[in-house]
Amino acid sequence: MASNIKPAEKKSRWASGITPYAEMGYYNADYEPKATDILCAFRLVPQPGVEPIEASAAVAGESSTATWTVVWTDRLTPYEHYQAKCYRVDPVPGTDQYIAYIAYDLDLFEEGSIANLTSSIIGNVFGFKALKALRLEDMRIPPHYTKTFQGPAHGIVMEREYLNKFGRPLLGATVKPKLGLSARNYGRVVYEALRGGLDFTKDDENINSQPFMRWRDRFLFCMEAVNHAVAATGEIKGHYLNVTAATMEEMYERADFAAELGSVIVMIDLTIGYTAIQSMSKWARRNGVILHLHRAGHGTYTRQKTHGVNFRVISKWMRLAGVDHIHAGTAVGKLEGDPNAIRGYYNTLRANTLKVDPSQGLYFEQDWASMPAVMPVASGGIHAGQMHQLLDLLGEDVVMQFGGGTIGHPDGIAQGATANRVATEVMIQARNEGRDILNEGPEILAKAARWSPELRTALEIWKDVSFNYESTDVPDAVGTLTV
Amino acid sequence: MRITQGTFSYLPDFTEEEVRAEVRYCLDNGWAFSIEHTGDPHPRNAYWEMWGLPMFDASDLDGAMHQIDECRKAFPDDYVKVNGFDRTLGRQTTMLSFIVHRPKEEPGFYLERTEGQDRRIQYTIRHKAKLAS
Repeated sequence: MASNIKPAEKKSRWASGITPYAEMGYYNADYEPKATDILCAFRLVPQPGVEPIEASAAVAGESSTATWTVVWTDRLTPYEHYQAKCYRVDPVPGTDQYIAYIAYDLDLFEEGSIANLTSSIIGNVFGFKALKALRLEDMRIPPHYTKTFQGPAHGIVMEREYLNKFGRPLLGATVKPKLGLSARNYGRVVYEALRGGLDFTKDDENINSQPFMRWRDRFLFCMEAVNHAVAATGEIKGHYLNVTAATMEEMYERADFAAELGSVIVMIDLTIGYTAIQSMSKWARRNGVILHLHRAGHGTYTRQKTHGVNFRVISKWMRLAGVDHIHAGTAVGKLEGDPNAIRGYYNTLRANTLKVDPSQGLYFEQDWASMPAVMPVASGGIHAGQMHQLLDLLGEDVVMQFGGGTIGHPDGIAQGATANRVATEVMIQARNEGRDILNEGPEILAKAARWSPELRTALEIWKDVSFNYESTDVPDAVGTLTV
Repeated sequence: MRITQGTFSYLPDFTEEEVRAEVRYCLDNGWAFSIEHTGDPHPRNAYWEMWGLPMFDASDLDGAMHQIDECRKAFPDDYVKVNGFDRTLGRQTTMLSFIVHRPKEEPGFYLERTEGQDRRIQYTIRHKAKLAS
C-alpha cells in the first residue's frame, strides 16, 4: 500500500510508480472549501502503520481521480480542479478512529443524479485495503447542486393541505401479519384501522405480489376499505400501496393502477435502488400521488459505528431523490436508534437550514434552498402509552405508525386505532395549553382513559413494554467537532 | 355519525375554556386566526365560507372568542371551525384547525359505488344532507 513506501528522496510528482496520495495533491491542509463544493465527513480506521493523513488522502483520491499508480494522462487535464481534497483530519478521542473532511468540486458530479453522486463518493473506497473501516458520516450538499434535483414530489406542507390534516402527527399502522393474509382479509384490517381513527394504513416492505395475495386484488380490496372509511368518518384516508416490483415497467403498471383507483399514496422500498426511486418521484409528482419510502435493507450499512453510511446521509440523498415519506426511527420503539442521532435525522429531513451540531451528529451546515421537507415516519414497536415521549422527541410533523399497537388491541382493530388517536389529540391539547407533557404525560393519558375505554385497555395491556437496549450508533461526545 | 375532521374530533366537545386555550396558543405563536363555517363538510371541501377575513396581528383573545360565538349564533346548523395560519417562510400554511361547533344532527356520508370493468369500482362520497335536498 502506498503509505508504507517511504522513498529515499522526494520523488517528482510525475515519476512513474507509486507516490503517496497525500503528496499527489489529495491532502491540502490550507484548502478552503468553496461555497459550491460538496463536502464529506468520513470516519476512518487506518490499518496499522498507515498514517491517518495518508489514509484520508487515499479516500479523497479513490473517490475522485486517483488510481493506485501515477498516470501521465493526468497531465492532459486540469487535474488539480478534479482532485478531491482532504483538508482536515481529526482524531476521535479515546479510539483508533479519525474524521476526515474532504471537499469535492461540483464538476465531479452529474446534475440531479443520486446514482452518479453515490458512485463517486461511496463507489470504490469502502473496500480499500489500507483502511480497516470507513463510514460516511455526513455530507454538505450546496444549493448549486440541490437545485438540480426535483426533491420531494409534494413535501410536508402540500401533503397536509391535500389531506386536510393540521396541527397533529399523522397516524398509521402496518397491516399484520405482514405475510399470508388473503386480499379480502387484508382489506378488513385496513377498513377497521382507518374507520377507528388512523389516517393511513400500510403495506409492509415485503408485501409485493405473492401467491397468497396478488397485487391487483390487494389494491382493489384496500381501496374499497379506504373509501368506506372515508365515508364513515368524513376524513381523507389512505393506504400505502406498495408498488415495489422487479422492473420499472411493472412498478409503473402498479402505480398507474393505484392512481386510477384514486389512492392518495403509493409506496416503494429502498431496495429498488436510487435511480428507480428518482423515477418514481417524478411519477408521483406527475400523478399527484404521495410517495412513501420504506428503508428496507438500510440496517446492513447504517448501523455499525465505524463502517458504512450514516442514516443522516441516506436522509439527505432521499430528500434530493424526492420521496415524501421516509422511515427515520422512533428512539423508543423496537428498532435501533439513539434519541440524539434521531433528532439529527428528523432535522435533516424537515428543516430548511441546519447548523453544525455535534450532539446530533451534524458535521456541516446545510442549506436546503427551500426544497420541500420529507415527512419522517416513526414505526416499530411503539404504542399509545409512549405518546408524550414520542411527541416530545419527534414533534408533530411525523407519521407515527402503530402496527401491533393498533391491531393487537384486545377489543379490536378499530378500538386500537381510536386509542392511538385519543392519545395523540389529548397530548397535543395538553402541549398547546403549555403543560409539561414529558413529565405529566402518564397522568394526562390516565385522565383521558377515564372516558375512553379504548385508551384504558391499551394503556393497561402495554404498560410494561419498553425496548431499552444500548444503541450501537451514537454521536461522538459533545465537543469533538468544531467545524 | 360524528365527523372527525379537525385536530380534536376524538376528544369530547371542548368547553369554552378549552377552546380559549387553543385560540391563545395560536395568538401566542403569532398565527393569523380565522373562523370558517359550512353546511357541506365533504372531506374534499377545501373552501368553507369565511367568517370575515383572517385576523392578522390579533392579540385580542376576548375579541376572537366573541367572533366564534357570533358565527355559531348566525349558523347554528352549520359546522364551524377555527384555524391558525403561519405565514413563516417554508411553512405558509395552516398550523392548527379544529371544529368548535356541529349541527345537532350529523347526517354523515353516503358511499356511492359505480361498478366498472375488471372489478374496478368508481367511488363517490356524498353528504347525506345534500342527498336529501
